Amino acid sequence: MSDKVIIETRDLVKSYGKFVAVDRLNLSITEGQVFGFLGPNGAGKTTTLLMLLGLTEPTSGTATICGYDSIREPVEIKRLAGYLPEKVGFYEDLTAAENLDYTAALNGLSRKISVKKIDDLLNIVGLSDMANKKVRTFSHGMKQRLGIADVMIKDPKVAFFDEPTAGIDPEGIEQVLGLIANMARRKVTIVLSSHQLHHVQKVCTRVGILSKGRLVAEGSVDELGREKIAGGKVRIEIQVAEPSRKLVKLVEKIKGVTGVESTGNVLLISCEKDLRRQIAKVAADCDSLIVQMKIEEYGLDEIYMKYFSERQI
Amino acid sequence: MKGLMSVFRKELADNFNSMRFIILSLIMYGGGVLLTIFVAAQNIRSGVTETTQFIFLRLFTVSGDSQLFSFPFFMSFFIPILGIVLGFDAINGERTSGNLSRISSQPIYRDTVINGKFLAGLVTIAILVISLVMLISGIGLRMIGVPPGPDEILRLFTFIFITIIYGAFWLALAILFSVFFDRIATSALASIGVWIFVLIFVSLIASVIASVVAPLGQNPGQALQIQHDQIVSYVSLISPIVLYGQSIQAILIPSHPVMFVVSLYYTGLEPNPLPLNQSLLIAWPQIISLIALTALCFAGSYIRFMREEIRAT
Repeated sequence: MSDKVIIETRDLVKSYGKFVAVDRLNLSITEGQVFGFLGPNGAGKTTTLLMLLGLTEPTSGTATICGYDSIREPVEIKRLAGYLPEKVGFYEDLTAAENLDYTAALNGLSRKISVKKIDDLLNIVGLSDMANKKVRTFSHGMKQRLGIADVMIKDPKVAFFDEPTAGIDPEGIEQVLGLIANMARRKVTIVLSSHQLHHVQKVCTRVGILSKGRLVAEGSVDELGREKIAGGKVRIEIQVAEPSRKLVKLVEKIKGVTGVESTGNVLLISCEKDLRRQIAKVAADCDSLIVQMKIEEYGLDEIYMKYFSERQI
Repeated sequence: MKGLMSVFRKELADNFNSMRFIILSLIMYGGGVLLTIFVAAQNIRSGVTETTQFIFLRLFTVSGDSQLFSFPFFMSFFIPILGIVLGFDAINGERTSGNLSRISSQPIYRDTVINGKFLAGLVTIAILVISLVMLISGIGLRMIGVPPGPDEILRLFTFIFITIIYGAFWLALAILFSVFFDRIATSALASIGVWIFVLIFVSLIASVIASVVAPLGQNPGQALQIQHDQIVSYVSLISPIVLYGQSIQAILIPSHPVMFVVSLYYTGLEPNPLPLNQSLLIAWPQIISLIALTALCFAGSYIRFMREEIRAT
């Protein structure tokens, strides 16, 4: 993963009349990242994607992909970036292969190349036996996979997926997420918008939480969790065989520990960094038997709920 | 340019494969060929004298006893339907099916989509009109046995040209509505509404306006009568159907090029056919008006479409 910034927005604003959909959004996404865009419906996720792709004009601010301006150089942007819209549609009377063929033609691929490529891609997304079936017979999950093939046909450097897992069955979700992870392995920078948190958590390296058009948090899932729920601290939970005051006192004395709560035989230790080693040592020193020790992990769900419950107050 | 060709090819193929086009073209071939040939060929023989000129053209102008069913009338009725059928869902159909956001995220300029669609519709209309005229000419040649002269051939080509422009107007109008209205049913109804309006109500409105401005009363003098009729004819010029009818009348009936009501008072004159360039001169304002109306509609849809936000809804 390099530090080269691929996608950047500066003070990006989109308003519809008085309603501000995206409010001074500053975003920078580096090469090879899988960036998860989170937020409730109407938070401005899709609008941001549309502005990045030049499909709608920002009210003010700039958006660039690989240095190209989304407003002034939309064709260059679209050469580099693939987009899978939320409700993707295909020409129902054409077959899967014909639909991809049209996309290939619009991307200026020669027939020779596109025929082989379509074959390969349909194989990758697991639709090769449906290649010559009309799209009207496809399920939603199949269309979504065909959509991924449609994005991949131009060999994008950046791919945008808008709610790629919405409305498909669990097996289909696995397939779609697998394909996205597969693209990420090929060094494609991916931006994924979703409100299905555990899907995002599975594939994303970074997430940004969007609320009412503003980016309220950005970082890796771990970072966000530490920052938000534990107030920037690591929380370690240990369970000992029997409660002991001595242990609590000793633990409190460890450098870096900022607080200890004990309830029964469970100790909840807040510290500035991962101090499990030191805590184990102290416990051994005072003959306490540690039944289990774990570092608290934060799910996106908790982070997300924390953000939005706070904002509502 | 390459993108335009891809869109054009696909849309053309779509047009010719669509069931509604097939049905409509069958009606037009069937109705046009059978009825026109049958009616015209029977009436031509009886009307021809030794001095009759432009016998071949009569294939396209002579109607049955009811005076209703001549070929130009047939075309002026069916070409609008053809244009509307080809264009009413051009853009909103793509949007509803979810194709628009997918297609417009390909590396083509946005106008390529609308240009390609218009061009494909235009070529479809052209192919249908040309083949229909050729078919009638072929059958007519066998039936009446009089070959067309060079002047007549030129006139036929002019007729084809004007008919294509007439079709282009209805196509552009339908596309305009398909850009402005999100629902397919709304845009279809709007186009049909305009068609019915100019077909039926324009002449009604024209006579109402004329009666207000120049009321005829019990015993109108000739001057008043002429003024009244002139107002009627001027007002009806807002109808593209009237524009089309007048221009092809000038082209196809060289002996009676007169199309303004004033001409009624000169009917005692010997028919004296005009050369083609003179006929063209008479039809020119109408032809230009048709082209201008087409350009206006197309420009409207173009501007709206270029500024529009493309969102999958």
